Amino acid sequence: MEHTPPPFFKRGPAPVVRLAFFASLSIALLILDARFRYVDGLRDVLALAAYPFQKAATAPITAARRVAEFFVTQERLRSENTALRAELLDAARDAQRYRTASAELEQLRRVTEMRARFDRQTIPAEVLYTGRDPYDYKVILDKGRQQGVLAGSLVVDEDGAIGQVTRAHDLVSEVTLITDKAQAIPVQVVRNGLRAVGFGAGASGMLELRFLPANADVRNGDELVTSGIDGSYPPGVAVAKVVRVERDATQAFARVVCRPLAGVDRSRYVLVLSGAESRPPYPVTESPRRGTKAAARAGGRSGAE
Amino acid sequence: MAPNKPQHILLPARSRTIVASFAVALLLMFLPWPDMRYVPDFVALVLVFWCVHQPRMIGLGIGWVIGLVADAGNGVLLGQHALAYVLLAFFSISFSRRILWFGSWYQALHILPLLVLAQSVVLLVRLVNGAALPGWQILVGPLLGAALWPFLSWLLLLPQRRALEAGSL
Repeated sequence: MEHTPPPFFKRGPAPVVRLAFFASLSIALLILDARFRYVDGLRDVLALAAYPFQKAATAPITAARRVAEFFVTQERLRSENTALRAELLDAARDAQRYRTASAELEQLRRVTEMRARFDRQTIPAEVLYTGRDPYDYKVILDKGRQQGVLAGSLVVDEDGAIGQVTRAHDLVSEVTLITDKAQAIPVQVVRNGLRAVGFGAGASGMLELRFLPANADVRNGDELVTSGIDGSYPPGVAVAKVVRVERDATQAFARVVCRPLAGVDRSRYVLVLSGAESRPPYPVTESPRRGTKAAARAGGRSGAE
Repeated sequence: MAPNKPQHILLPARSRTIVASFAVALLLMFLPWPDMRYVPDFVALVLVFWCVHQPRMIGLGIGWVIGLVADAGNGVLLGQHALAYVLLAFFSISFSRRILWFGSWYQALHILPLLVLAQSVVLLVRLVNGAALPGWQILVGPLLGAALWPFLSWLLLLPQRRALEAGSL
């Protein structure tokens, strides 16, 4: 590659020039994507190109699972059936209670002229596969914009919240799990209504409540639900249980570690709670300052979407 | 090290083979692996292979586009695999004459630093973007990838070789 080829062997620009061109293009894309999110259109097109590979890669596993499901024993089916019937009865009772309660609530709201709560659309979805990247915690769902999934929706399984839709493509969507370091979820302690923000703790699979004063009333075993005050999540969805509270006299904030209730990294079938409530615009403040990167990104995710 | 072994003259590579190998590599990349850190980057391996063996057909541009598809499919920041694969293609093409001179295990020793380079570009992008360090396991992928190289070379050269043997009968 050292010698320059004679002009009749020319094969376009020199490799170094090409390298510089493509490298700067990549870096420009990275900056545009990380800072401004300008390239979501391009990402949609590329995601569509990757879709057949993703489908083909997961197809044999799905098929194997179907076959395995076909050959379950009679006994297991029967015991499962019994358990499910019992659960259904429970659920039916709860549903009855919920219906009366929500009717009552509706009436009360009307009386106090409060805005009726918007019932969210729920979209059942299946986890296609987990993101390849070992650095963050994402899963890809098999439902996208065409099925009504919107970016910013909460994703739950039967036990509680597992994450938030951070990107909705046409046919698939990308969910950032609540254990991701950059993901924040506004929560409330069921016992006393204390509000806090839960951040993912990364590899440990836990959540952390940050910015709680050292004397905050949080105990081991407290249950946390979504508070719903940010408007993008519905209130009252179970999130986590407090497993450890460390109060250090030298630090202003308590360290609260919680374990997610849902099978964040296990669930295969999930529900997307789509659609946001209409609420008055946020009051105008001075231009937002950039805090730590993670906090800014997390705030942007849960606040703006 | 005896580079003067008798060598068969290979048939020219068909573009069908190249497209198919990239498709299979992407497929392997998108398989739902339990822990991605131990999985070699198949796409990078195939890219290095074709850059070394067919530097006129496969180059930086194709590496860049495939990197973008890998980025979008994995749902990561757009451009990180693209950048890694462009560097990978550049160095593979620059060293292709040298690498081809060696036997396949010595070739694998040349491939290892290339794969580590690609991995560290991705890692660097993630670190700049505020991710935590993933630990030493991140090196397992490139090591396995380099160990796969002799098998991969044998497999991908098969279509060019088999036709020759059939003809010589």
